[in-house]
Amino acid sequence: MAEHNPFPGENNTGHVWDDNLRELDNPPPRWWMLGLWASLLFVVGYSLLYPTWPVGQEPTQGVLGWSQMQEYARGVEQVEAKRAKFEDQIRGMTANEILADPGLTQYTLASAKVLFGDNCSACHGSGGQGNPGYPVLADDDWLYGGTTTKIAETIAKGRQGAMTAHQTILTPAEIDTLAEWVVQMSETGGKGGSEEGWSLFKTKGCTACHGQAANGVLVELGNGDIVTVGAANLNDGIWRFKPGGYESAKHTITYGVNQATVPESRNAVMPAFAEAGKLSEQEIKKLVVYVHELGGGK
Amino acid sequence: MVKLKTNDEVKAPSPVDDLYEEADGWHVNTGGDTIHAKRIRGRWRTFKWLMSSVWLVYFLGPYVRWDGRQAVLFDIPNRQYHIFSATVLPQDFWMLSLLLLFFAILLAVMTALAGRVWCGYFCFQTVWTDVFTWIEEKLEGLPPARRKLDQAPLSLEKLRIKGIKHLLWILIGFLTGFSFVAWFADAPTLWRDFFVGEANSAAYASVALFTAGTYILAGFLREQTCFWLCPYARIQGVMLDKTTIIPTYDEQRGEPRGRVQRGGTEADRQTGDCVDCHQCVAVCPTGVDIRRGQQEGCITCALCIDACDQVMDKVGRPRGLIRYASLDEMEGKPPKRMVLRPRVWVYSVILVSALSGIVYGLTSLAPLELTVLHERAPLFVLQSDGSIQNKYTLKILNKTPDPVAVTISASGHDQLTLVGADKPVEAEPGGVTPTIVFVRIPEGALEAEQQPITFHAQGQRASGVPVEAERESVFIGPRR
Repeated sequence: MAEHNPFPGENNTGHVWDDNLRELDNPPPRWWMLGLWASLLFVVGYSLLYPTWPVGQEPTQGVLGWSQMQEYARGVEQVEAKRAKFEDQIRGMTANEILADPGLTQYTLASAKVLFGDNCSACHGSGGQGNPGYPVLADDDWLYGGTTTKIAETIAKGRQGAMTAHQTILTPAEIDTLAEWVVQMSETGGKGGSEEGWSLFKTKGCTACHGQAANGVLVELGNGDIVTVGAANLNDGIWRFKPGGYESAKHTITYGVNQATVPESRNAVMPAFAEAGKLSEQEIKKLVVYVHELGGGK
Repeated sequence: MVKLKTNDEVKAPSPVDDLYEEADGWHVNTGGDTIHAKRIRGRWRTFKWLMSSVWLVYFLGPYVRWDGRQAVLFDIPNRQYHIFSATVLPQDFWMLSLLLLFFAILLAVMTALAGRVWCGYFCFQTVWTDVFTWIEEKLEGLPPARRKLDQAPLSLEKLRIKGIKHLLWILIGFLTGFSFVAWFADAPTLWRDFFVGEANSAAYASVALFTAGTYILAGFLREQTCFWLCPYARIQGVMLDKTTIIPTYDEQRGEPRGRVQRGGTEADRQTGDCVDCHQCVAVCPTGVDIRRGQQEGCITCALCIDACDQVMDKVGRPRGLIRYASLDEMEGKPPKRMVLRPRVWVYSVILVSALSGIVYGLTSLAPLELTVLHERAPLFVLQSDGSIQNKYTLKILNKTPDPVAVTISASGHDQLTLVGADKPVEAEPGGVTPTIVFVRIPEGALEAEQQPITFHAQGQRASGVPVEAERESVFIGPRR
């Protein structure tokens, strides 16, 4: 390093190597420096106002007391406030009253879509299209009745199907005949069942659940409600257990539904959603409207 | 090389001697100092004022009334755009894209034919700068006086003059911003609200932004905006070709340029027609020298044509040394006929299609619109009675200002049953009303897996005028 500065007056720092290699000191433009200092001032101001420095477990809180969680809570509050108008109205109404009001029905459908997605769609499909073993909700075939009262009951208390395993009650030939009869009934809308099948159906105790007309209805009440135990309507083309047809029918007749001692037995259980506070009364009411509207209701 | 006489040899004064002094300080414009362009009268100057005056529509347009409301009102909070008797909802905004396309192509076609016509006569940047410098000249005097004032030490007089000028500039900036906002809100109400502090915060912000923008861009940045900020200036540069007619210096006629000789006669003159008086430069608002040919700084405002013609008159030479001409013409090629230029055809086709699209859109604004969403999960269900059911969400857009009771029907299959449409749907005015319907067709009656069906919406406005809409959708059944 040189003892004296051989290049005076050119803004060098006085550090010179190898005779002429020197360090210049050219400051950035004034506006740039002002910007730098302003940004430092900003940091000071910001860290005073907002949570900034990590000290121990919690960062410094800032004098404004702002936090992301508060902001989130405020956002939720705003949404709740917008919904409150509708929610309050719905609270005092029955599902049928809601369905009579197009505006409230639209609100309920939009709001219950999330509830349906969270609680129902895992088994019944996102649009109520059903899954193997789980009933379609978008059609007009209701195992336990399709009125709002019945749907509400189904959601709140759950359902448990039951059918005896007939492997020890009927002979294989009888099971064959019945399975064929079920297929005939299904294909002809209940009109084409064989005499043999009908006679087995009526004498072997099937009517106790499937009804005299084999439509799954035990008693029809005057108000459109029906009394059922959840047995399938054998008069239509809709199959309770997929894929349907002879093999399906044979399996169901042989092993039954929900028979604890028969491992091959069909499963038909719907949990109770009012239990343990899974869904509130209001939520169930909204879901009733939603499910009722999936297929146009009954 | 022509030998020029030295100043000592010059004897008698020429008629343009004083003009030489005016442009003595000229150098290439790099934005280092303010351009103080000289203003002179002339054909193109008048033309520029006339063309610029279309901007009066911008200032006065919001005060035109129609049917008891502002004739043109872009009502953003209510999502409605009123253009005289037409009301455009956001759903019809596709027309805006056609409008933008139209103007983009118009810019292209004008530029291809006659250079940067937009820059020279219409652009808000050059027009506002023109007005700002006009005010500057009225207050501070001619360019030499303005340069002198700029360099003069601060005095009360300088402060007074400059103060008034800046105040007027800011006022124009404010009016510019206010007029902009007035297209989006009822103008008379806005005036009141704005000054009693009740206007929308967006209005205050816009006005502030526009005021500052106008003041800075037209007051200070001026031609530097065209040089360095404006993308269109550069884009237009590539749209020119050799057939484009732009203000051009006739090099053949003008060169070699030379000063008018004192006492010299036209007969023994050995120079070209250009007297090198720099008047074309002195009047140029962007400070370019047109004699260097077409260049990025030239906004083709043609003010140099006025300047040159005046000088040519003074020295008794024919006008048109600088004139609107194409490069082909300057090179002695015959002008190409417009119909033979493919780009003229292409541009015209786009222009006409965009325009017809807008006209079609505005004349056929349907008061009712129907959209149909077919349910996807499930695509169809089998009903107890053996029929196949499809679910549809219909969205009825009612563009009229009255509620309309809309009756829904469906067609497309003779055994079709429509469920859920027994009662008419109350379609809310200016909005979308959704409704869910079901269509059932017996499975045996289905000929194909998919078949088209059409939904119809019919209703009546309060005035009794029937409105209707229809939309085709699809009915889906089991695979066959």
